[in-house]
Amino acid sequence: MSDAPSSYQPPPVAIHPAPVAEHAHHPWLQHHFDNMEQQAEASTLGMWVFLVTEIMFFGGLFMAYLVYRHQSPSGFQEASHHLNIYWGAANTAILIVSSLTMALAVRAAQTSQPAKTQVGWLLATMGFGAAFLGIKAIEYYDKFRDHIVPGPYFQWEGQYPKPAEQFYSLYFAMTGLHALHMVIGLGIMTVIAVMAWRKTFDEEYYTPVEVAGLYWHFVDIVWIFLFPLLYLIGRHYHAG
Amino acid sequence: MDTTTATPTLNYLNNGYGLKSWLLTKDHKRIALLYLWSITAFFFLGGFFALMIRLELLTPAADLVQPDTYNKLFTMHGVVMVFFFLIPSIPAVLGNFLLPIMVGAKDLAFPRINLLSWYIYVLGGLFTVAAALSGGVDTGWTFYAPYSTSASNSNVILAGVGIFITGFSSILTGLNFIVTVHRMRAPGLTWFRLPLFVWAHYATSLIMILGTPVIAITVLLVAVERGLHLGIFDPALGGDPILFQHLFWFYSHPAVYIMILPAMGVVAELVQAFSRKNIFGYTFVAFSSLAIAIIGFLVWGHHLFVAGQSTYAGLVFSIISMFVAIPSAVKVFNWTATIYKGSVSWDSPMLYAFGFIGLFTIGGLTGLFLATLGMDIHMHDTYFIIAHFHYVMVGGAIFGYLGGLHYWWPKITGRMYPEGWAKFAALNIFVGFNLTFGPQFLVGYLGMPRRYAMYSPEFQVWNVLSTAGATILGVGYLIPMIYFTWSLKNAPRAGANPWGARGLEWEIPSPPPTENFAVTPVVTEGTHQYAPSREVGIV
Repeated sequence: MSDAPSSYQPPPVAIHPAPVAEHAHHPWLQHHFDNMEQQAEASTLGMWVFLVTEIMFFGGLFMAYLVYRHQSPSGFQEASHHLNIYWGAANTAILIVSSLTMALAVRAAQTSQPAKTQVGWLLATMGFGAAFLGIKAIEYYDKFRDHIVPGPYFQWEGQYPKPAEQFYSLYFAMTGLHALHMVIGLGIMTVIAVMAWRKTFDEEYYTPVEVAGLYWHFVDIVWIFLFPLLYLIGRHYHAG
Repeated sequence: MDTTTATPTLNYLNNGYGLKSWLLTKDHKRIALLYLWSITAFFFLGGFFALMIRLELLTPAADLVQPDTYNKLFTMHGVVMVFFFLIPSIPAVLGNFLLPIMVGAKDLAFPRINLLSWYIYVLGGLFTVAAALSGGVDTGWTFYAPYSTSASNSNVILAGVGIFITGFSSILTGLNFIVTVHRMRAPGLTWFRLPLFVWAHYATSLIMILGTPVIAITVLLVAVERGLHLGIFDPALGGDPILFQHLFWFYSHPAVYIMILPAMGVVAELVQAFSRKNIFGYTFVAFSSLAIAIIGFLVWGHHLFVAGQSTYAGLVFSIISMFVAIPSAVKVFNWTATIYKGSVSWDSPMLYAFGFIGLFTIGGLTGLFLATLGMDIHMHDTYFIIAHFHYVMVGGAIFGYLGGLHYWWPKITGRMYPEGWAKFAALNIFVGFNLTFGPQFLVGYLGMPRRYAMYSPEFQVWNVLSTAGATILGVGYLIPMIYFTWSLKNAPRAGANPWGARGLEWEIPSPPPTENFAVTPVVTEGTHQYAPSREVGIV
């Protein structure tokens, strides 16, 4: 059969059958998990690991931002003045509130509140998310109107046209990638809301809401970093 | 699928035959085989490009292909071999198949994500093949800016998107492995009872999840820069090409540890199984994997010694690069100590393990030459570099992959393979490999630069030797293809444990049933005990 040495006998098998646990099978328990707890722990750990990859993903852009901001601080200051701080602040507030409603949605599922309540909080979260994207669209529109979108049609009145163009390259790359994550988040929320409407979630099984919530909070936190970096830093130098 | 009614003859291979049962499977073992077929296809595609390169280099003039075509050949060889063969090879095939079994689980934590990762891989591969067929890419696999962002007229965006997409398959595999090792271990299977193969894959997964997103954003920015004229890396648009190199190597240097660490895990299993001994210094070998993963993230600057990086940064990167040699040496010494006074048998998997230990040592030590600032000025971008990393990537990663494939083939297919042919192929590959890349050390030291279709005539004899070796190597790769395929129907059946090896995977039938274990195993000692010794490591 093989050339394996036959004289050797491995020590006895170190495996004993596990005691078979007697418990009712939850309908959402996948076959390869032993119990709901293991399944929930695996899912949340999986999302945390995924969020680590997301940090590294955005990290490349933040790195580029830091390098170029260091290279031309005055140019970046000048460029950031063309961003509308009120829209930015409004969006920050909207996202923070959406994180609250998201947390309440998780709480509603966790405490077995009626499907209507769960769906309500989820829809509120989605509403805030959509509002954020709407405001973002208005801001993008303004940039297109004012020709401060990088590329052949870029026009800049100020002192530092090159760094300004670079600032807006980073602005569109960073906020664009963030907006894409928001759109994906809205897609996830739609699925979760439909599941909630079908009375899927209760105190025994609410992992999908929790995991979606982790993702949503992460996307919010990215914005919490983007807002000061792009809109706020260095503004006061130009106060006069 | 099947419940407790599984009969001994029902296994993962005969549990459904239709195309759908494969393409929609969530079984980690079937997904491993899907990966096996697809990475083998990419291996031979990359091998074809290598063959064309070697044929062109038979003569000093650019006579077989024009320099433009040559640029595309070496680019596609690098892209295909790095992103579509070496990185997924051991983790996605052997890791996918074995990791859940080795931790005593029925499957990976996220079976659907596992299947998704294969589809993502295939999609990324199609993009890259499309880039090759529609004119190719000529930037080199490194995509350096500003060449990739503005100068090159080739299909950079298409290839970049392919790499971007494939990166996610790697991320998802790493994520799945990490969660599985943390949450799916069988009762009693503590961290320090885990097989070293699992430790190596855990360390690899860490690199996959921390590094891959950075290359993803980097190639995405290159594509966006080409497509939308955002100024990130192109100096003409105010960007900094050195930033590209930093971001690129922040992933791509650790990526070489994605390729070599799983092979080291395989070799650790092989030397134990074929020396009939417990690994020497289990905890050291386990932690050396983590050390390589961690230090590996701090050395990327050694690719930028001549790129305009500050001398002080170069100095620091040089020193840290040498630190990687310490955990690598720990592994080599401990494997050697394991073999020492062992009851060594010379089965074909062990031949690959011996090959690995020797060739990796050469590849690793020449890496130290290159990590030395002064030496690197002389040898940067010469064939010395090519020889160095092929000794690590081919002599290391591919030897590990082939050794592992032979060792676990009876488990995967339930059949043995013709041992005589396997020994012959192993020898063939060893000779062919050394004849291909040995001369490149010399010709590189003499000053032949990489990435040129033409070279000065005094280098011809070394290049002819190298091409002759590549031919032998190519034949060596074809032989296992043939006898593995032949063995599927014709070779004698393997029992559950044809090698008399230890480990959970050898306690279940070959091929394993879909659920792996009829009942969850309870582990009471290290899974690789060849001697009735003390408990391994810290418990």
